[in-house]
Amino acid sequence: MIDCVENRLLTSRRGLLLGGASFAAWAYLPKFARAADGRDPRLVVVILRGALDGLATVAPIGDPDYAGLHGSIALAADGAHPALMLDGFFALHPSMPEFTRMYRAQHAAVIHAVATPYRDRSHFDGQDVLESGYAGPGRVQSGWLNRALEALPRGERVSSGLAVGPTTPLVLRGTAPTVGWAPVALPQADDDTAMRLVDLYRHRDPALASALSQGLQLEKAASGDDMKPKPGNAVAQMRQVARGAAKLMAADDGPRIAALAFDGWDTHANEGGPVGRLAFLLGGLDGALLEFESGLGDRWRDTVVVVATEFGRTARINGTDGTDHGTGTIALLAGGAVKGGRVISDWPGLKPANLYEGRDLKPTTDLRSVIKGVLQGQFGLSDQVLAQAVFPDSAAARPMKGLVA
Amino acid sequence: MARDSQAALVALNRFGFGARGGASGDLINAASDPRGFVKAELARSYGVLLEAPGLQSTPQLGQAAFAYQDQVKQAREAAKAATQSEAPAPQPSAEPKPDKPLRRNLSLNTMMTEIAGRLAGAKPADNAMKPDSMQPNAAAPPAAKPSPQPLNVIQKTFRAEALARLQRAMMVDCGFTERLVVFWSNHFCISASKGELARMWAGAFEREAIRPHVLGHFADMLKAVEQHPAMLFFLDNQQSLGPDSRAGQNRKRGLNENLAREIMELHTLGVGGGYTQDDVTSLARIITGWTFAGRKGQIGAPGSFAFNANAHQPGPQLLLGKTYEATGLAQGEAALADIARHPSTANFIATKFVRHFVADDPPPALVARLRNVFVKTDGDLKALATALVDSDEAWKAPLTKMRSPYDFLVATGRLLARVPEDPGSYLSNLNLLGQPLWTPAGPNGFPDTAAAWAAPEGMKLRLDIASQMGARLGPNIDPLDLLEFAAADAASVETRKTIERAESRQQALALLLMSPELQRR
Repeated sequence: MIDCVENRLLTSRRGLLLGGASFAAWAYLPKFARAADGRDPRLVVVILRGALDGLATVAPIGDPDYAGLHGSIALAADGAHPALMLDGFFALHPSMPEFTRMYRAQHAAVIHAVATPYRDRSHFDGQDVLESGYAGPGRVQSGWLNRALEALPRGERVSSGLAVGPTTPLVLRGTAPTVGWAPVALPQADDDTAMRLVDLYRHRDPALASALSQGLQLEKAASGDDMKPKPGNAVAQMRQVARGAAKLMAADDGPRIAALAFDGWDTHANEGGPVGRLAFLLGGLDGALLEFESGLGDRWRDTVVVVATEFGRTARINGTDGTDHGTGTIALLAGGAVKGGRVISDWPGLKPANLYEGRDLKPTTDLRSVIKGVLQGQFGLSDQVLAQAVFPDSAAARPMKGLVA
Repeated sequence: MARDSQAALVALNRFGFGARGGASGDLINAASDPRGFVKAELARSYGVLLEAPGLQSTPQLGQAAFAYQDQVKQAREAAKAATQSEAPAPQPSAEPKPDKPLRRNLSLNTMMTEIAGRLAGAKPADNAMKPDSMQPNAAAPPAAKPSPQPLNVIQKTFRAEALARLQRAMMVDCGFTERLVVFWSNHFCISASKGELARMWAGAFEREAIRPHVLGHFADMLKAVEQHPAMLFFLDNQQSLGPDSRAGQNRKRGLNENLAREIMELHTLGVGGGYTQDDVTSLARIITGWTFAGRKGQIGAPGSFAFNANAHQPGPQLLLGKTYEATGLAQGEAALADIARHPSTANFIATKFVRHFVADDPPPALVARLRNVFVKTDGDLKALATALVDSDEAWKAPLTKMRSPYDFLVATGRLLARVPEDPGSYLSNLNLLGQPLWTPAGPNGFPDTAAAWAAPEGMKLRLDIASQMGARLGPNIDPLDLLEFAAADAASVETRKTIERAESRQQALALLLMSPELQRR
């Protein structure tokens, strides 16, 4: 559909903007800490919109049917751009050296043959299920990450999630407060005008009052010397977005939970193998993970980054050296809090009879189990809360144990 | 006749692009006959078409793009050769040299460039999405900026198309038909970020495939859209080959389902509209060979729609329970004609239409009524629009929809009675606010709910833009006069007081532009 969507986020050259205490300040966001062990956990959710080809990213090179199905774009352990072997069976795309390093340091893991409960092939419904946390698509205006925030104890705990980008992704929408930030370049409205407008909204349009106040509070925390515009492409932009978000989250009083989305993974044609279009995007993702690691500094130790996508792609390449909409794919975990160095998979095999509808990698792991495992490991949410409030009617998808160190 | 300012607000904002300022009298006219004011535009079908000097047809634009690409290639090769012989490389110049310096385009005395303070430094906004073409800050003196690159033919075309659309939106009375154009263009969206051809064709696609049918029949629009080179390029159908076609057998390439899937999911039946994966594959086969002629023109004039029989999957196909005989191009046209009349299509379109104009959660009775109109009139889109305006729901529903960034910027320009001479700052601001012109993130188009557009970051950016407009233009306007043009006695007491009590005209203008009366529709 869209070859390499240009990222619309622009970078900031603003200085500190809301210097004073004009608003309920950013600094008042409650600090989040786990009293029991002194950890200060952080969670980043990265959504890859367009449906990532999991078989091209973490390739089951040991599966005898893989090379034939993925044809001209299949990864191989040898050749000019060898895939990086993770174990004797799975190999990682060569454009992800940082993730490989994290994996070898046991700070990254792969979950393979994973899917949400959604079994059709519409991006928009697939993203709706991925982000809403409901078993099926519908016009639900709240996301699982927001409901997880809602379920956290108040007080010392985090009260606000960070949405990165000009619009809030569904996963973070809901009744729990969220704040938004996108790197931009515009001269700024002055505090007095902003206050008058917030006051007008409070009287006439509370929803706008809340949105605007949140938008205003975030600006100063993200800006800084290292956010100057730099030449670059989609890859550089992914890194810049991650860098800004990491900077916000690294602050003592910053948000602990963030969600961001990268577009452009819908590789219908000329997907490329070890090099090419998908490789380019994966390089950007890899760079974004590195930015989170370096930007969070000491906080990386308590961080989990979850990378997920709405579904996978067909196991067999199509007639235009790409892949069409499929089912099973991968999820990635990265961060110092991840009990990594593993590919977790109940591998279904790629024989024709084992493919879902004869086309796709058959999902054997419910993505909700993975996310529940992370939420439980990081924030101590109970099975019951996860099965009823965060992912409604999902008791059958038990939280995966032992994902977080 | 009694004046009804509240109904005028609905007429102008829910259905149109907002009242124009100055001597337009829009609000008074709308208040005296709100429904008539909206419907007047439906009676002028020809008024939907957009023809402006210099705007070219898709084949002409395709050929210009091909020529430009050839020149770039030649220049690159010449540069390579010149590196060896130390001679300067010729620059590509697909366009004849302009009689004035190109910078004139970038320093026009338009409201928006003044506002953004990006006078000479404004780079083409279609590049502004890339960080290496960042808009400089207002504070930076123009002299400090690197001199802008001359625009290439693709950038020029994009900007000319954008300008024509913006100028039309500024000048129409109510703007209902232009809003319909935007609705349908977003429904059948392409993305200019797909590549040079998509950027070149984005405006022509709307002029050629959308506008002629906005007050015509859905089936005709559907056919025009799916046969337009821009759509065939955007959703990869020009690459799709029938596996058993001559080309498919020779070239070892094959089917691409992208366009077929989106036709059914996004353009007609809607997801859950009763089709299966087999139907997707089947429609993909049916429309193999739908392509456009390339630069060599082997199957037609370069850049024009073409049916390539060599790429077309032979044989009959079963689609949605009906068999379509092997009739070449006609096979797909017959299939599209049936899909256009499918009950799911009527339902999908009616729902989306009501959601756009009335409420995020569309009133079911109104959806049902419009669906019936769609079915009974064989998809007559003028009848659909008329039924909407005739409904009570459309006038009574509370104004809870949020203006999209495009609607907000156009409404602002109208109220301030400014017709842009250069689209640059509009394009930049659309990028900033997350709605880059003709460039949605996916083939489902831009979102259409308040939740998407009333996000914290979006609101803060709107305020920044409004504040800059206030700073530049505030000194010359009377904010209370402007409030009369925008809402008159439909303005809330609080809004009126907020504007009256502002400490400067500049601030008052920013607050007015950001008031609920201007943001909600």
